[in-house]
Amino acid sequence: MGGSKMDIKTKIASGPIPLWKWIMYAVIMVIVVAAPIYFQSVQNFFFVRIFAVVGIYVMLSLGLNIVVGYAGLLDLGYIAFYAMGAYVGIILGFKLPEVFGSGFEPWTFWTLLPVAALAAAGTGIALGTPVLRLRGDYLAIVTLGFGEIVRIALNNNIFGITNGAKGLPGPGQRIPTPAGMEWAKANLSFGDFAFSKDLFWYYLIVVLCLATIFVVRRLDDSRLGRAWVAMREDEVAAASIGISITTTKLWAFSLGALWGGVAGVTYAYWVGFISPESFNFMESVLVVCMVVLGGMGSIPGAVLGAVIIAALPEMIRYFAQSPLLAGVLTTDQANLASQYRYLVFGAAMVIMMAFRPQGILPSQRRAMELHPEDEKTLAEENQQIWDVEHHTDVDNDLL
Amino acid sequence: MLKVDNIHTFYGQIEALKGISIEVNEGEIVTLIGANGAGKSTTLKTISGQLTPAEGTIEFEGESLIGTAAHLVTAKGIVQVPEGRRIFPRMSVLENLEMGAYLRKDKAGVLEDLDRAFELFPRLADRRAQKGGTLSGGEQQMLAMARAMMARPRLLMLDEPSMGLAPVIVDVIFDTIKKLNKEGMTILLVEQNAAMALQTANRGYVLEIGKVALEGPGKELLHNEQVRKTYLGEL
Repeated sequence: MGGSKMDIKTKIASGPIPLWKWIMYAVIMVIVVAAPIYFQSVQNFFFVRIFAVVGIYVMLSLGLNIVVGYAGLLDLGYIAFYAMGAYVGIILGFKLPEVFGSGFEPWTFWTLLPVAALAAAGTGIALGTPVLRLRGDYLAIVTLGFGEIVRIALNNNIFGITNGAKGLPGPGQRIPTPAGMEWAKANLSFGDFAFSKDLFWYYLIVVLCLATIFVVRRLDDSRLGRAWVAMREDEVAAASIGISITTTKLWAFSLGALWGGVAGVTYAYWVGFISPESFNFMESVLVVCMVVLGGMGSIPGAVLGAVIIAALPEMIRYFAQSPLLAGVLTTDQANLASQYRYLVFGAAMVIMMAFRPQGILPSQRRAMELHPEDEKTLAEENQQIWDVEHHTDVDNDLL
Repeated sequence: MLKVDNIHTFYGQIEALKGISIEVNEGEIVTLIGANGAGKSTTLKTISGQLTPAEGTIEFEGESLIGTAAHLVTAKGIVQVPEGRRIFPRMSVLENLEMGAYLRKDKAGVLEDLDRAFELFPRLADRRAQKGGTLSGGEQQMLAMARAMMARPRLLMLDEPSMGLAPVIVDVIFDTIKKLNKEGMTILLVEQNAAMALQTANRGYVLEIGKVALEGPGKELLHNEQVRKTYLGEL
């Protein structure tokens, strides 16, 4: 019995990576790094922004994947943590200098990133502690309610600091630019090519996504990851082998919230403006769709789901309104087509659930949970064993 | 070792346990028998922390267990094999066993115990890579017991281990219980199969609607007229 067998994930994660996968990763890396530079150089700023938006959603999707995919908790208010990160980040950015006077060096994005992330994680713990004893649908309803409460509280200018529906920063409130941006703009521009603010944020988002993937992957292979698997399969059995159900769920909830916060503060500082309408229920649903579409509990799945769901509507809108189709569609028709994109999505989700409930790129373990018939004719095998066991002259070596 | 004194446990408004007192000494096999709804499983669930008694005390090695969460009861050395086995169906046999040792940090000891588990149930060794859910009922019961043993418990609690199993398998399960006991394991056994349980146990308690109706050495209860009539089906 080798030491590696101690890790129940070993069989799934191990094995050499085949060549085609290396090539695929390389192609993806080239696209991720080079495509925005190309679009920037041809002055297609819209596409650069879409790349960055997709990156934000990848972070959200990976974060929610911890909650939904690993721990099996349906969270329909995930966007509240995203909002928490964004608002905490922005408010601390301009509020601290106001409170401590002009001598105070304002916290920049780099300081606010961990602060906002921890604030979101703290919110996750605060919400999770009372509600995680609920299961399934009940938990979904409570989290849905929580998401709405946060949005409405922000909208009603809670504590007089969120500026209500008008959003932040308000007039006269300045949020600091992160260190490094000016340097990048000055030193990475060549000739006609101007290294823009969007490009700076895009690469930052990519780095954060990679960090997220790294951490989530480690989590999947960890003791905590095994506890999540056990808990998903059978809570009573998990408790009987010494897993604390509450703590294990709370970890999932707060770690998920942490990435929601990271994505939130990054989005806020990139766009430079936030309002409660950016954090509505539809956003929560979209992130859940990303996780489900890609494949619950699977990292490539969460990434792919985010790419498809975040980028596709924008692409549909872009092409519907692009000159390519100008001869075919009138402006009104193009607008209509782009408005129907969520309908297309809804249909795609329904079809997906009917024919491939495990998602596009499922984790092997999750696929088994959702497709029990793949477990090699379980009933048949059991029948054979039953026959053997109930045979009248069973001798002991059978057992 | 384990001292349960006058516990009352409720399911909502319904009082399932109306003052149960039992005791388990080190090295014993103690069995709780009784009809459906007598409170056997409820007693086990109360000890293992899945339910909290409204009244009464539970002491394990001198420490109170009242209000201790289920996973902490496991950490204290009481491991329950739940009713209906409850193995992890999508994990392999090996993974199930490894999960049993979740709280343990001594890797070498865990590997040793893995070998021991496969020795105890050679059938599981043959099927170590197979998913738990594809095992037969008897094998699942073996796996559930082996998984519990992986935590190195000091008190093993079995809830209806013979439920739904063929007689040959029941024999194997009970032989294993005796074998584990001989190796020093203290066992608290809840059973519907009163004859088997009383033959195996050192002492037994007969529960009736939430109370202890009779108690005594297993052999003695086996010959008690009332027990024979009510639970062993004699006319």
